[in-house]
Amino acid sequence: MDRQDALARRNRRVGFAAFGTVAGMVGLSFAAVPLYDMFCRMTGYNGTVQTGGPAAPGAVERQVTVRFAATTHPSLPWRFEAAQNAMPVHLGEQGLAFYRAANPAAVPVEGVATYNVTPEVVGKYFHKTACFCFDAQTLQPGQSVEMPVSFWVDPAMAQDPNTRDIRTITLNYTFFRTLADAEKAGVLASAGPHVGRGSVTR
Amino acid sequence: MAHAAHDSHHGHDDHNHAPGFVARWFFSTNHKDIGSLYIIFAVLAAFVGIGLSMLMRLELQAPGMQFFADGQMWNVAVTAHGVLMVFYVVMPALIGGFGNWFVPIMIGAPDMAFPRLNNISFWLLVPALGLTVASLFVGGAGTGWTLYPPLADSQYQGGPGLDMALFGLHLAGASSILGAANFITTIFNMRAPGMTLHKMPLFVWAMLVTAFLLLLSVPVLGGAITMLITDRNFGTAFFKPEGGGDPVLFQHLFWFFGHPEVYIMILPAFGIVSHVLSTFSRKPIFGYLGMAYAMVAIGVVGFVVWAHHMFTSGISVDTRAYFMAATMIIAVPTGIKIFSWIATMWGGSLEFKTPMLFAIGFVFLFTVGGVTGVKLANAGVDVILHNTYYVIAHFHYVLSLGAVFGIYAGFYYWIGKMSGYQYSELLGKIHFWLTFVGVNLTFFPMHFLGAQGMPRRYPDYPDAFTGWNVVASMGAYISGISFLFFIYVVADLFLKKRAAAANPWGEGATTLEWQVASPPPFHTFDELPRIR
Repeated sequence: MDRQDALARRNRRVGFAAFGTVAGMVGLSFAAVPLYDMFCRMTGYNGTVQTGGPAAPGAVERQVTVRFAATTHPSLPWRFEAAQNAMPVHLGEQGLAFYRAANPAAVPVEGVATYNVTPEVVGKYFHKTACFCFDAQTLQPGQSVEMPVSFWVDPAMAQDPNTRDIRTITLNYTFFRTLADAEKAGVLASAGPHVGRGSVTR
Repeated sequence: MAHAAHDSHHGHDDHNHAPGFVARWFFSTNHKDIGSLYIIFAVLAAFVGIGLSMLMRLELQAPGMQFFADGQMWNVAVTAHGVLMVFYVVMPALIGGFGNWFVPIMIGAPDMAFPRLNNISFWLLVPALGLTVASLFVGGAGTGWTLYPPLADSQYQGGPGLDMALFGLHLAGASSILGAANFITTIFNMRAPGMTLHKMPLFVWAMLVTAFLLLLSVPVLGGAITMLITDRNFGTAFFKPEGGGDPVLFQHLFWFFGHPEVYIMILPAFGIVSHVLSTFSRKPIFGYLGMAYAMVAIGVVGFVVWAHHMFTSGISVDTRAYFMAATMIIAVPTGIKIFSWIATMWGGSLEFKTPMLFAIGFVFLFTVGGVTGVKLANAGVDVILHNTYYVIAHFHYVLSLGAVFGIYAGFYYWIGKMSGYQYSELLGKIHFWLTFVGVNLTFFPMHFLGAQGMPRRYPDYPDAFTGWNVVASMGAYISGISFLFFIYVVADLFLKKRAAAANPWGEGATTLEWQVASPPPFHTFDELPRIR
C-alpha cells in the first residue's frame, strides 16, 4: 500500500508540474501582446516608424524619395487620399506632406489611422515629429480636411548596410473607423462595451 | 491516480471482469476501452472529413462553379475539412487511440496514471466535434484552419459559425492538454521495474515527445483563439489595428502552436512505423538511441521555426534567413530517422504483410513530402509558392499520406491485439494498393498545379489547370472508395472472427504488448513485468 501511495504522490507532483507548464504557456501567450508591441516599437520591426523623437538634425547631401499611400478600411465611409504622390527629401531634412480626407456620410464619423513604412527595414530610421495619425480624427457630415504629417529620415540610414541602397520609402496609412464610433453606429452589433486601448494606435 | 493501482490490486482473483455496457463505455477509466473509443471516434470524424474532401474534389473537377454556392461556402468546407482531419481524426487516432492502448502496455503499467482524467479527455472531444460539425449548418467558419484575422473578424465572419468552431477547438485543446499531462505522468512514473528511459520502445518515446509538444504549444493556441473570440464578441482589440492591436501577432501565436502541431501529428506515426519495420524485418531497429533523440531534436527545433509559415507576412530579410536555416536543420534529425528505417530493413528478413506495406509506403511518401518541405523552406522560393497547391501537395504528402499511412500501419499491426480478431491479409493488401494509388493520384498532380501558380482556397480556376485537376479528382474518388473498402475490411474482421494469436508476427515482435493475450485481459498486468 505504501508503494501505491508513494506512486500516487509522485503522479500528483508530475501532474501538477504539467498543468503549471500549461498555465505558464497560457500566460506567455497573453504576455506576447504587450511584448510584441514593445518589440515592434523598439526595433522598427514590421516597418514601425519612430515617433516622439527629436527634431530633424539638419539636411545632408543624400536624397530619398518618399511616396505616400492611402488605404481606407471598408467600415469607414470616407474618401482618403494623399495630396501628393511622392516627394524628394534630403536625409535629415524636415519633410511636410498632406493627406486629404472627406466624410460624405450624413453623420459625424470618427476614424483613426495606422501607419507603417516599406521597405520595413527603414522603420527605425523614419521619424515622425507630428502626424494626424497620432490622434483619432472626427469629420462632420460633408466636411473635408487636409491633414499634415511632418517627418524626417535619419542620415544613419545611409550607413546601415541593410538600408543604404534604399532610394524610395513608401509611407502608408490605413484609416479605420474607431471602435468606439463603430460601436455607436451599431456596426459592431454583437460587440459589448469597448475595452481596447482607446483610439490612439501604437 | 491511486485508482489504477487499486484496480489492479483488487482484480487479482478475477482479472477479466468488465463492468456492464454503460459503465464500461460511458464511464470508462480503462485505458484500452478509452483507446478503442478514440479510434471509433476518429473513424466517425473521418467520414465527415473525407466527405468534405470529396465535395471539394467534385467542385474542382472542372472550372466554373458546380456545387458550392459561393467562395465563402467553399472556404467553410476547406476549413471544416482541415480542422476535422487535424483535431478529430489524426490526433485522436494516433495519440488518444494507439497512445492510450499501447503506451501503458509497452512500459508494463497497469493503466494510465490518471484514469479518470483520461475519461474526461475523451468525452471533451465529443462535444468539440459536435460544435465543429454543427458550425457547418449555421454559416460555418470560412477562415481556413489558420483562422487569421482580419478574415476571422466579426465583420467578415458574422454569425455563430466561427465562434462555435473556435469553442470546439478550445474543448479539443483542453482534451489534448489533459491527455498530454496524463501521458507524461504515466511514462515518467509508471514504468515497470527495469524499463529505463533508454529501453523504452520507440512508440513510447514518440508519445513522450508528442505530449511535451502538446503541453507547450496547445495553450498558446488556446490563448490566441480566446483573444480572437473576445475580439469578435466582447469588443477587445488584440488583433484589430484600429484599437491598437496587430493581426500579424495572431499569425505568430497561431504558428507557434501550428508548427509543433504538425510534429504532434507525425511523431506518433514515426513511432508506429519504427515498430512495424523492425517487426517485419525481424531485426531490432537500427540506431535506437539516435532514433529516440532525433524525435527529441525534431520536437525542440520544431518550436523555433514557426515564422517559415509567414515568409510573405512582411518579415525582414534577416528574420527570413534565420527561419529558413532553422527549418532546414530539421531535415537532419528527420534524415537520421529515414536512413535508420532503411538500415533497419537492410539485410532483414522482410515480410510484406499489410502493416509493413503501409510502413514502407510511409517512409517513401513522407520522404517525398519532406523533400518538398525543404524546397518550401527557402524563403525566396516560398514567396512564389506560398498559398499555392504546391503547399497543399507538400502537407498532404506528410499528413494525408504520412500520418494516415502511419495510422493504417498501426491499425493493421495492432488490430489483432486490440480486438482479438485478425484482419484478412488479402483484403488488407487490396486496401493498401487502393489507398496508395488513390492518394498519389490525388496529390502528386497538385505539385504541378502549384508550381504553375494555382492558388489554394478558391473553388474555381482558369481552364488551363483543368487537366491535372481532373486527374486529382479521379485520385480522390479512388481514395474515397479505399476508405469505404477499409470499413469493409473492418466489418469482415468482426464478422468472420478469425482469432488472433497473442503474437501473430513471430520473433520480430518483441515489445510487451505481444506477451499478453489477444485481446489483453481487462486489467493487463496483474503483476508488473520485469524487463531484462
